[in-house]
Amino acid sequence: MAAAESYPDDLRYHSEHDWARIEGDEAVLGVTWFAQDALGELVHYEPPEDGSDVSRGASYGEVESVKAVSDVIAPLSGTIVAVNTKVVDEPETVNTDPYGEGWLVRIKLSTPSEVDELMDADAYRKFVAEQ
Amino acid sequence: MKLIYEKSSPGRRASTLPSYDVPDVEVPHELAREEPPRLPEISEPELVRHFTELSTRTFGVDTGFYPLGSCTMKHNPRVNERVVNLPGFRDLHPLQEAEGSQGALELMWRLQNDLAEVAGLPAVSLQPAAGSQGELTGLMLMRAYFADRGEQRHKVIVADTAHGTNPASVTMAGFELQKVETDERGNIDVAHLREMVDNDTAGLMLTNPSTLGLFDEHIEEIAAIFHEAGGLLYYDGANLNAVCGISRPGDMGFDIVHFNLHKTFSQPHGGGGPGGGPIAVRDRLEPFLPVPAIVRDGDDFHLDYDRPKSIGKVRGYCGPFGVFVRSYAYIRSYGPGLREMSEAAVLNANYLLARLKEAYDLPFDRLCMHEFVLSARTLKKEHGITALDVAKRLMDYGFHPPTIYFPLIVPEALMIEPTETEAKETLDAFADAMIEIAREAAGSPDLIKDAPHERPVRRVDEVKAAKRAVVKYGFEDHPNLSAEHAEPRELEAQKGA
Repeated sequence: MAAAESYPDDLRYHSEHDWARIEGDEAVLGVTWFAQDALGELVHYEPPEDGSDVSRGASYGEVESVKAVSDVIAPLSGTIVAVNTKVVDEPETVNTDPYGEGWLVRIKLSTPSEVDELMDADAYRKFVAEQ
Repeated sequence: MKLIYEKSSPGRRASTLPSYDVPDVEVPHELAREEPPRLPEISEPELVRHFTELSTRTFGVDTGFYPLGSCTMKHNPRVNERVVNLPGFRDLHPLQEAEGSQGALELMWRLQNDLAEVAGLPAVSLQPAAGSQGELTGLMLMRAYFADRGEQRHKVIVADTAHGTNPASVTMAGFELQKVETDERGNIDVAHLREMVDNDTAGLMLTNPSTLGLFDEHIEEIAAIFHEAGGLLYYDGANLNAVCGISRPGDMGFDIVHFNLHKTFSQPHGGGGPGGGPIAVRDRLEPFLPVPAIVRDGDDFHLDYDRPKSIGKVRGYCGPFGVFVRSYAYIRSYGPGLREMSEAAVLNANYLLARLKEAYDLPFDRLCMHEFVLSARTLKKEHGITALDVAKRLMDYGFHPPTIYFPLIVPEALMIEPTETEAKETLDAFADAMIEIAREAAGSPDLIKDAPHERPVRRVDEVKAAKRAVVKYGFEDHPNLSAEHAEPRELEAQKGA
């Protein structure tokens, strides 16, 4: 069952439809409801390697639906400290719970100041409405 | 409809072989299978009916309108088949010496010349077997060209509207991929491009008209940016059907072009091939083309392997010869009027666009070339009807769906290419159906959500098909009817017993 549209207030958002949950000097990353809705049900998630570096605005993995293969864009820079293997096994988790069980990676932030450049939920909601 | 295995009856045969009149050969134990293969056993009339019934459940350009964007599903003139079946072409062996295959060599040489004229570039290799292989070959030529000049260039730029084969070819050829964005008129964002191009840039891959069906209004400026930086321009010929005889990629500034003979030049396709992906290049790239080259020497034609800088062969023999014969026959049927083909293709597309732009969203409101991209964005927002739903419902109206969800920069994209071979009545029938579907979306969305209703197969579970594809018969789920190993019933089989 696909989740209902929502953009939680405690997350920060990137214009490529990725979210970040800041937890101290780490962040959990995923794709937004809008992204999973545009892609449709996911059939594959190609995660990055543990320990690899990601940089803001660059691709760190791939998600595939029956429509398309899409890069997942990092909203923040850092080093991968965990990959969600549940999504590797059951990619549709992203559709059912994009902000919870459907998280994609956890990173240790290398440039915490980048957080200030992300949108808050209100700004992202406005951004999505214009899409 | 039953599977052919389910129609199997032990001992039935469609044909019978004469008895052995040669000694048995002992198959080495390790090569022999332990059990005979489970093949369907069926009589000839049942076999004929089975496949005839199957053939009524498929859809092709001979069945109906097939506006699959970027695929150019045009009518394949039957005269091409008559020509390719001439015994001199049909029965020719690929290892036949040049002396005994002058006609075939001349045909290929003439096809090269015609393609060179269409491209506006002097040198052609017919070898690549498909557009994707033409792309890879073209990028290998780029590598060889820069290596020969002692230059190291790593980056190749593609548009964010590019066919998926472009980034794949760039990566396979060992270049680093960069994507340039599309501006609000549907052209390449030239300002963005200027920031990207430097002396590490090997080149650009571009489809023009783009996959949005739009001719890039700054193509000469774009070519100048690359040439000033010492880079090369690659023309993806997927959309060449829009410009034949009107504008030439070489004149636009492109250095390498691939053709899709199976799109533009009417080789039948859609069932998996064979295709043809020749490439044309500027003279400074000619030394690197695949061998053998087909050359004319006085009145003789021969294969020239003496090209020391060649990247080598990219395909067996000279390429897909039957495709060459059909394409050459096709080009000669048009003669100097080839541009009428492209003019009619562009006219048909603009006619359809004009009829549909009120009922669907049009992301770039310009005259289109041979195809155009609509969006079902508003239908999705207001009625929950997606591009996929529209595509499925079109099947109930008797049409092949257009390409959907591509290019990726257009949400809920419907990419429609009517081609030049459709009559106004067909275009009108399709437009009526599309407009009716938009109406149904408002009034009876469930009718669309459950479509197709009128086809042999209903809505398939695409996610399940992608994740758990079943591509073989489930032998283990069905009893082996031939388990008793019945002997063939020769005479009865012929009577369909």
